Amino acid sequence: MSEEFKIEIVNPEKSFLVKEDVIEVVVPAFEGEMGILKDHISIISFLKPGIIKVFSKSGDENYYVEDGIIEFKNNNLSILTSTIISVTDLDKSKQGDLLKKAEAEASKSEISDQAKYLADQKVEVLRSIN
Amino acid sequence: MASLDDLKKRIASVKSTQKITKAMKMVAAAKLRRAQESAERGRPYSEKMNNIILNLSNGISDKENAPKLLSGTGENKVHLCVVMTSDRGLCGGFNSNIIKKAKSYFSKILNEGKQLKIITVGSKGNDQLKRVYRDKIIENISFKESKNANYFDADKVGRIIIEKFEAGEFDICTIFYNQFKNVITQLPQAQQIIPLNNEEDHNNSDESYEFEPDEDEILSNLLPKNISTQIFKAMLENSASEQGSRMSAMDNATRNAGEMVDKLTIEYNRSRQAAITKELIEIISGAESL
Repeated sequence: MSEEFKIEIVNPEKSFLVKEDVIEVVVPAFEGEMGILKDHISIISFLKPGIIKVFSKSGDENYYVEDGIIEFKNNNLSILTSTIISVTDLDKSKQGDLLKKAEAEASKSEISDQAKYLADQKVEVLRSIN
Repeated sequence: MASLDDLKKRIASVKSTQKITKAMKMVAAAKLRRAQESAERGRPYSEKMNNIILNLSNGISDKENAPKLLSGTGENKVHLCVVMTSDRGLCGGFNSNIIKKAKSYFSKILNEGKQLKIITVGSKGNDQLKRVYRDKIIENISFKESKNANYFDADKVGRIIIEKFEAGEFDICTIFYNQFKNVITQLPQAQQIIPLNNEEDHNNSDESYEFEPDEDEILSNLLPKNISTQIFKAMLENSASEQGSRMSAMDNATRNAGEMVDKLTIEYNRSRQAAITKELIEIISGAESL
């Protein structure tokens, strides 16, 4: 029996990635990292800033996301996100820009605890990419 | 009858107008293709989003305490209407169709004695609505600088709406936009986004999901995003419709100008012929009298 399932990542502008031969996906779910294999139970969850790791037969890929929702059903994993960047495309200058933005957000005083937590996460993840 | 010179000038002027409308048509056709592509590419996102929300709201255990964005405030007094139009003119009935639809809705609401608030997106809608509903317009948003519809603009509009909702400024929110059907047909739409209207299909309610964290928390995170997504979808549909509408309007204008040039050319030739005939008669009758 094959161990593969299908992944589809969409952002508002287009269908970002479709793959049929995925073995495992690790997503930064809100309550901690979550690994998804074939025949996982149907689940809906949302993401915090972090790295999506896609392990497939045709090679492994990493993506940086800032937010999103995932839905897994009948061996179809859908990830909806408004900001997604492939880690290989994320060069130093882009990373620096994002980091600066995130740091500025995190240092604001009047934001809610949740927004602060998300901004801190962003900073942490961006720093860890190097 | 106009003199030959006048006719010549008019023909030249109609011809140059025709050149302009022809160029605009070509530009609109090129833009239409791009807008249509992005509208099609954007569809999976909003469809998936809708699906997830549908599944979530079916799975929600406590309907009474559902987030207000889903169930509404329980009142029906203040209506917020978001009228989405273009920033440019010369696109046929595109803007006026939306305005017409919106206006009939406005008068219905006002007749029922409810309060009306309007947000206009795009300057053309604002121009047309402020004549009658000046005191009702609370905000005017325009994205003249951004070339294509993008998600960040939609998110901005979404945030404004949610902010106002949380401040209790309205109970029901409806957006007006043109849905792109094909180049000739655009359907003006009124879509209610707050509270969410999902009477449609409840068929897949047998799906059972695991939620992490629980349904309520996911919903309260998801619903604001859905508002932005719906607005983004409307913006994409709108931009495709705008270009389609402009293309067919400019096509008509080019054809009309062609007809006009033909008519004027006939008139020009006739009066030229008449002048020649007149001169000949004068010469002949002059020669005869000798």
